[in-house]
Amino acid sequence: MSLAFDEYGRPFIILREQERKSRVKGIEAVKASIMAAKTVARTLRSSLGPKGMDKMLQSPDGDVTITNDGATILEMMEVENQIGKLMVELSKSQDHEIGDGTTGVVVLAGALLEHAESLLDMGMHPLRIAEGYELACKVATENLDNIKTRFEFSREDIEPLVKTCMTTLSSKVVGRLKRPMAEICVKAVLAVADLERRDVNLDLIKVEGKVGGKMEDTRLVEGIVIDKEFSHPQMPKELRDVKVAILTCPFEPPKPKTKHKVDIDTVEKFEALREAERTYFTDMVQRCKDSGAQLVICQWGFDDEANHLLMHQNLPAVRWVGGVEIELLAMATGARIVPRFQELTADKLGFAGSVKELGFGTTKDKMLVIEGCPNLKAVTIFVRGGNRMVLDEIKRSLHDAICVARNLVRDNAIVYGGGAAEISCALAVEEAADKVTGVEHYAMRAFSDALQAVPLALAENSGLPPIESLTAVKKRQLQESNPYLGIDCNDTGTNDMREQNVFETVIGKKQQLFLATQVCKMILKIDDVIKPSDFE
Amino acid sequence: MALSQQSGILQQGASEERGENARMASFVGAVAVADLVKSTLGPKGMDKILQSMGRGQEVTITNDGATILKSIYVDNPAAKVLVDISKVQDDEVGDGTTSVVVFAGELLREAELLVNQKVHPMTIIAGYREACDCARSVLELISFNNRSDPALFRADLLNIAKTTLSSKILTVDKEHFANLAVDAILRLKGSGNLEAIHIIKKTGGTLQESFLDEGFILDKKIGVGQPKRIEDARILVANTPMDTDKIKIYGARVRVDSMAKVADIEAAEKEKMREKVRKIIDHGINCFINRQLIYNLPEEMFADAGVMAIEHADFDGIERLALVLGGEIVSTFDNPDTVKLGHCKLIEEIMIGEDRLIHFSGVALGEACTIVLRGASTHILDEAERSLHDALCVLKETVSDARVVFGGGWPEIRMAKAVEELASRTPGKKALAMEAFARALRALPATICDNAGLDSAEIVANLKAAHGAEADSRMGVDVVRGEAGDMAELGIYESFRVRQQVLLSGTEAAEIILRVDDIIKCAPRKRG
Repeated sequence: MSLAFDEYGRPFIILREQERKSRVKGIEAVKASIMAAKTVARTLRSSLGPKGMDKMLQSPDGDVTITNDGATILEMMEVENQIGKLMVELSKSQDHEIGDGTTGVVVLAGALLEHAESLLDMGMHPLRIAEGYELACKVATENLDNIKTRFEFSREDIEPLVKTCMTTLSSKVVGRLKRPMAEICVKAVLAVADLERRDVNLDLIKVEGKVGGKMEDTRLVEGIVIDKEFSHPQMPKELRDVKVAILTCPFEPPKPKTKHKVDIDTVEKFEALREAERTYFTDMVQRCKDSGAQLVICQWGFDDEANHLLMHQNLPAVRWVGGVEIELLAMATGARIVPRFQELTADKLGFAGSVKELGFGTTKDKMLVIEGCPNLKAVTIFVRGGNRMVLDEIKRSLHDAICVARNLVRDNAIVYGGGAAEISCALAVEEAADKVTGVEHYAMRAFSDALQAVPLALAENSGLPPIESLTAVKKRQLQESNPYLGIDCNDTGTNDMREQNVFETVIGKKQQLFLATQVCKMILKIDDVIKPSDFE
Repeated sequence: MALSQQSGILQQGASEERGENARMASFVGAVAVADLVKSTLGPKGMDKILQSMGRGQEVTITNDGATILKSIYVDNPAAKVLVDISKVQDDEVGDGTTSVVVFAGELLREAELLVNQKVHPMTIIAGYREACDCARSVLELISFNNRSDPALFRADLLNIAKTTLSSKILTVDKEHFANLAVDAILRLKGSGNLEAIHIIKKTGGTLQESFLDEGFILDKKIGVGQPKRIEDARILVANTPMDTDKIKIYGARVRVDSMAKVADIEAAEKEKMREKVRKIIDHGINCFINRQLIYNLPEEMFADAGVMAIEHADFDGIERLALVLGGEIVSTFDNPDTVKLGHCKLIEEIMIGEDRLIHFSGVALGEACTIVLRGASTHILDEAERSLHDALCVLKETVSDARVVFGGGWPEIRMAKAVEELASRTPGKKALAMEAFARALRALPATICDNAGLDSAEIVANLKAAHGAEADSRMGVDVVRGEAGDMAELGIYESFRVRQQVLLSGTEAAEIILRVDDIIKCAPRKRG
């Protein structure tokens, strides 16, 4: 009740203008939230797995995106509902932490809430359900630790890694070319990985794309690709063994930040200023030349005069290179980023084996490819695709695969995919549930049922009879106590995921369980939703 | 759909379509776009009038698929995929922009039938993929290569150019234009740098009067009182301000306390400009071409020195000129010894129609040439330029990849045959999709017939029979006589690259659209 009375019986306003606010309370509120979350999950459900369908999204400006990446779909759906937004956040945090399994986590959360709903109907308290879920989640993650296997690979033997990436890619539009694409991703990750520290800095892998060509033309550049061209059309298009200077100051007269005026009142001053300007330009270029640089990469623009002087001094230059690229270049070539011409010295230069300008198709687009850098710590994956939509989708898919490879480098524990891990966890939770009395017993059972929603959706999307396939696998897992059996999505004839090489990282799976459970708990705890009604 | 709107998950004005509805929406949209451009396919294809929405309501008449699709406003997301695909085809190979859309449209039309028969889209995609691989290998197999023999290669190029042009407005003079285009491309000597070919459009005269000039023509004026004809020109190509040279040091301003000083500074400014001009003339040049404006003062000085000065050649022009003349683009003039000057044998002013143009002949870079297009109206000229551009692009692709196939639906019939054979060996529902793929391939020659007012069913059936009877038959659609004809005799050739790109992009586009089972449209942004 948002209306109370004080001791004299006068109404006492707690919520202002309540008639203009809509309010849902108690069990109704929980149910409304669950409803919203379920709707979001249902949208994603058909995108799960290797045979998952794509979604076509039209942005407010009319641009079209086609994808089956959960995080992207949710982000572009522009969900209005607050609970819906929670689900979007959920998928986003999975994306940030792990980079893969963004669809799975939402489907799981949706299933958990769906089962919670029926428990609510039985009259259970939402918080008790949440507690039961927590308990079950703990059991499930412990089970994951039990069934996980170590995954061995080394810099020489990349085959296992390639296989993992192939699993991730098989559900995307690049499925046709999963093998070469997976190899590209693994090579890229290993090129920048620090195997001792088990760390991969993803900033060092850049995914660049250019519309046109075929997917097959996608390649890994062991260096950097910049979407720029040489500043002067007549500079050489290909350079070998060059010393690179990286500048963050423009080839222009200085612009002091403090306010100032240079007054000209006599002819002499005018002449002097002109002379100063001329020498300024020659000085700048001369300094670069003197330092021994053979290529100048600049974050800012050049004046026409400077441009010509550079050209004249046989000093190829690139202008307007973005900040991120500058940093990457500096890392790769070993150059120091120089903010002032005065500080440019020979030891601050970097080195590149080859710098090439590439043109594409019949349009005049050009790109610079910088390869053979001493510090092979930066790589670029250069993606080609039939049109912008395909290109973006390939980029997203590669990002997912790269994340998976990175996770394996970080922690090489894996569980098997195709729903095998979920089924195994479901069995473990069910078993644990039997040992618990009270409301938690039901909650844990519900958790176990919800876990099975993932293999169920997988089977459904693959065109298999969902219930038959699920129960068959479940039975075999119980009988053979073999946690590697899953849904045969690709129709290969075997349910053993070890043979199909379908696996996922333990961190990813655990993260999915944790995040989904947390969100459930959060949603179940809401018992009052107040929102102002729309402005008229 | 109802569910998500009830619970208010999406924003107001947004909509979501799922499953069957979504698929239906994308099929309808894509097929509609394909049908839109369908009637422009082939030598007897019709043109479209496009009226722009902007001010002036400009009218474009064209039958270039990419141009049509670029100009129409489509709201259907699936249709946008097709528009995109045709744009990419245009960028990559320059021709086949209509074919690719029609092909993708046919694939989707066939897919729709299959979906209605309860075949899962993923199965269709799998079938299409395999069929596409098969068709591609057939296409590679049946292509042929005449690069080793220059005379034959030239004949091939000529035939390709004629085939491409025959579907365009230039069809009447295709012989003439095919020669123009092939000459221009062969001058490039395999470098494939289309920038060296400059196309100038001048209204007046007839299309037949268009010509290829072996020099370079610049559509600019020579300054007043300067020589109109220079032999053995030494040219300085520059990009420098020749109006008032601003002081670039930041914050500088002129502040004086008397009029006399103003005059002094003005004089100094003038002197500065004079000095600059002197420096430029000291390069020993007799022609000066600047990207920016040249004011009267320097212009007069150039005239006094007997130097031809051309102002305001735009950026493209300057780059191309520098490339053609072999000079460098100069912005500072302090070291005349090291500057590379451009050279050419003769610069003169010529008249085309009523316009005066500057003609550079005997240029250092033998690759460059200019094609001057003449025609009765700007619409014709625009369309002629587009057609010529298509032809040039295709020729360029052929020069870099000399493989050639016959035209007139010949490769499609061959591919369809191979795909059907594959289908008959394939078990499962995939075979249905493969058969559909073969039918979609055959729809291309059928459309060519339909557009020419011929009996497409009859002709395509004849073609099929001819290819079935003889393994290496060369029969294709002969639009002129309205029957199946020998493509080699008719000289209908096409570039292998173009056909391959049509096949791959078309299949890819169909696959993307088929994979969709849910369309979410966000609320349109409010335009304030």
